[in-house]
Amino acid sequence: MSSAILQCEQLYSERDDRVLFADLSFSLAAGEILQIAGPNGAGKTSLLRILAGLSSRFEGELRWRGQSMLHNCAQFHRETHYLGHGAGLKAVLSPLENLRWSCALRGVSQADEAIFGALDKVGLSGYEYHPCLALSAGQQRRVNLARLFCSSAALWILDEPFTAIDQKGVAEIESWLAEFKTAGGMVLLTSHQPLSPSLGANVIDLGAH
Amino acid sequence: MSLVWAIMRRDMLASLRRGSEWSNPLIFFVMVCALFPLGIGPDPKQLAVLAPGILWVVALLASMLATDSLFRSDFDDASLEQVLLSGSPLFPQVLAKTLAHWCMTGLPLSLVSPLLGVLLQLPTSGMWALLLSLAIGTVVLSVIGAIGAALTVGLRKGGLLLSLIVLPLYIPVLIFGSSAVQTAVEGASYTPQLALLGALLLGAIALAPLAIGAALRISVDQ
Repeated sequence: MSSAILQCEQLYSERDDRVLFADLSFSLAAGEILQIAGPNGAGKTSLLRILAGLSSRFEGELRWRGQSMLHNCAQFHRETHYLGHGAGLKAVLSPLENLRWSCALRGVSQADEAIFGALDKVGLSGYEYHPCLALSAGQQRRVNLARLFCSSAALWILDEPFTAIDQKGVAEIESWLAEFKTAGGMVLLTSHQPLSPSLGANVIDLGAH
Repeated sequence: MSLVWAIMRRDMLASLRRGSEWSNPLIFFVMVCALFPLGIGPDPKQLAVLAPGILWVVALLASMLATDSLFRSDFDDASLEQVLLSGSPLFPQVLAKTLAHWCMTGLPLSLVSPLLGVLLQLPTSGMWALLLSLAIGTVVLSVIGAIGAALTVGLRKGGLLLSLIVLPLYIPVLIFGSSAVQTAVEGASYTPQLALLGALLLGAIALAPLAIGAALRISVDQ
């Protein structure tokens, strides 16, 4: 695959002397969705943290746009959205204030219009000024997902994006994934539920390794 | 610059709304200083001799207690991951966080210190020296404390370890700070001590953010 943008070769990681995965190789090209499956404790989150650049507990080679991740990690981080288990929200601040901060971190200033648009897209218009502690777990998750629409990225890394989201919301998220895929974006996600077949996602099963 | 301002604004807003983060060190400072006249006795002469040292040591402890929370809430709610993965340089980010933390802890401490100076019978000639030395010194304390806080943020109970790491590094600040107040009380010029504190401040601001950033990366890498 010459068009692969993210390449992972022979990844190996262990935790407490237990091998999580070994000799794991895959690649991701524009417009591809990759689901990482496996039972609890199989190392899905560890793999995503390694790919996002948060964890260095691995051996192997990661390449982004053909260059080793060691050398262009700033560019990689700018082009990637990582949403992990934690919400990354300050409970006493409103969604608007939280997102203003995340936009500033990514170098987007004067982003209010984009933030209002993103909150509207995730179904939270009207909650812009409420403190996040007054929102339900599912709504907080949605604020977190709104990050994806505040600034552009080439790759989304989503760890269990469907947690605490209602059934209608799951379908919504899948439609956003489909939109992003059509626009040439790449998605890496973990989820225990099977994705809708129309997304055409590839699956890596860590339990099988 | 907008990055620095956005981070400071968010941290200060969160800290103002939570309340305990800025008020607890202040209450600690006031209460412990109020204990000394009770413990030593109300003799004005004796208190005046001890006042510079007492005020500086208690301010140092109050600042250290506040430091533990610097990265804690960001670590717990995973916004620290967003910081590390933002692709923006870490140096201005951690500097902004530390300065915001100082504005909510060290600055109020310095501002109330003259009142506590009155309580401890500090001669009026030492007030300006106290205010200025604390204002400069607490920034250094916050910046050095941030290194310790970044190293221990991944631990469940890092509080005691934090003080073991940080207290030895606080010693030069304490020496020059309390000596500035003492010199002012004696009626001599305290500019040299302030200049030395200023030099410590510049050195800390230039170098510590590198250490803080590296320590945060290590703490999150698990």
